[in-house]
Amino acid sequence: MSELKTGARLQSAVCDGEIMVVAAPDGDVNITCGGAPMVESGADVDRVAVDPDHAVGIVIGKRYINADETLEVLCVKAGDGSLALDGDLLLLKDTKALPKTD
Amino acid sequence: MNIMMLLEMTSATFPDRPAFTDGSTGVSLTYSELFEAAKKRAATLRASDAERMVKLDVSNLGTPMSLFASAWAGVPYVPINYRLTNEEIEGLLERVTPAYLVTHEERVDHLGTLPQVHAVQTGHFVDDDHHSGHDDGDHESWSMDPDEVAVLLFTSGTTGAPKAAVLRHKHLVSYILSSVEFASAGEEEAALVSVPPYHIAGIAAILSSVYSGRHVVQLPNFSADKWIELAREHKITTAFVVPTMLARIVEALEGEADAGMPHLQSLSYGGGKMPLSVIEKAMTLFPDTDFSNAYGLTETSSTITVLGPDEHRSAAASEDDAVRRRLVSVGRPLPGVELEIRDDEGRVVGTGERGEIYVRGEQVSGEYEGRGAVTDNDGWFPTRDAGSVDAEGYLFLEGRADDVIVRGGENLSPGEIEDVLLTHPTVADAAVVGVPSEQWGEAVAAVVVARRDEQIDTAALQEHVKTHMRSSRVPERIEVWDELPYNETGKLLRRVVKAELENP
Repeated sequence: MSELKTGARLQSAVCDGEIMVVAAPDGDVNITCGGAPMVESGADVDRVAVDPDHAVGIVIGKRYINADETLEVLCVKAGDGSLALDGDLLLLKDTKALPKTD
Repeated sequence: MNIMMLLEMTSATFPDRPAFTDGSTGVSLTYSELFEAAKKRAATLRASDAERMVKLDVSNLGTPMSLFASAWAGVPYVPINYRLTNEEIEGLLERVTPAYLVTHEERVDHLGTLPQVHAVQTGHFVDDDHHSGHDDGDHESWSMDPDEVAVLLFTSGTTGAPKAAVLRHKHLVSYILSSVEFASAGEEEAALVSVPPYHIAGIAAILSSVYSGRHVVQLPNFSADKWIELAREHKITTAFVVPTMLARIVEALEGEADAGMPHLQSLSYGGGKMPLSVIEKAMTLFPDTDFSNAYGLTETSSTITVLGPDEHRSAAASEDDAVRRRLVSVGRPLPGVELEIRDDEGRVVGTGERGEIYVRGEQVSGEYEGRGAVTDNDGWFPTRDAGSVDAEGYLFLEGRADDVIVRGGENLSPGEIEDVLLTHPTVADAAVVGVPSEQWGEAVAAVVVARRDEQIDTAALQEHVKTHMRSSRVPERIEVWDELPYNETGKLLRRVVKAELENP
């Protein structure tokens, strides 16, 4: 359990997946990938096995949210584990295409 | 957050795609080459102990290299206008030392003699052989601190010394995440970038294209002929232009049935007021192209409102004047951007009423170096632009908030009067300003440019305004000039018009 900071980059302990926090809820939370707690990007981590219930994977460039949208993360490196906040799987965020402006 | 992350993601996804091509030399870089180039130059930059990376040159491959190397090294990137005088450039450089300066050959020797300026010519900076890539420490990655400064942009202040707008990584990354879908560009897509590299639109163009995985073709010095040539040669699919550029492109294509650019899917414009006649002609010349109008400021990390392609078409086809008028609006706010129009007392005004435009959102910085943020306690940034919002939420720009003419206690908008003057068949361009008047405090004065082969009858023009507006709006004085003064991004230099009328 730890506090999430907007802009922070985290890595998975089960795969190559990495995320960046776009918006974070207040207080301590437990964010996991493939069922295992995520760690700060660049930190040494012992690889553990992916939980089969958390193994759909994450796609680079996609954004993931929790049900009440207090948490939003961006996948910056693809991986085999799925993201969850305090045990609940995150959802893929729908994004609307905008006209190109620059 | 760091803008380097945007390049890292694209480089990992499309390593071999062309990223940037210098349109003047034809030399290209792929996304993985750009990533590696940024890494090497970040090491050079760190070894130099400079605290700012300054780029003083036209757009070239050194532009994205220096932007991303700065982000990697954690050093603010400061692009400077190469058209300024030597004295002005030295004045700005003094404010950003110790600096690592990348500039063209003719300037490097002289500027390199300034204290705490390490000057390198662009050719050497772009060439890998001039970078050892060695680093004294463990700097494999960049900082993810969202509050680090990414870019300092000198804004062209109308009075006094230029202000340096501060854009942090969080502002630029928020802008990109809310406006661009990652890796959304197809392999065949190419953007033609002709806005100057020291303009916020030039920086936004780099970041948007990189995050979408699009190939960028750079046009260093805009000319309509070269723009048309590159657009055809590289089968350009998307481009951004300022109104004066589009006016020249339209003029250069005069007599042709269409532009001969079937690949051009989207053409966006912004940076100044687009005359209705130019956009209508452009829509005829580019029948299959999507037009978007973008409004934004340096302090808001570029675009905050957009008038999209469908809105252009429905407005152009409408019989309803209120809908048709949207063709000259700048559209509605991007997701994540809130907008309000406020009067002089700070109260939010009603639909259609004129006031100052305030904006709020993650991408809004509103901060200047040395003087902090000018946003209020709730995060609202006063743009100093005047505007109004119609019933459907479309924003109309009406000049700068301080351009308002106060005639006998009545506030008049120069933009409204210009719009009416422009509807007269003899008028090609118009500028309206307030000039001192003993009777009224300020009086309305206009400068107009005649259409080709037309003569302007100033009395007839006054009559024309009178039939469309209240009599207080009728210019007491009308002068006919050969052309109006614009800056290079297409903004009318109203203060120049005013000064000329006051002191001929």
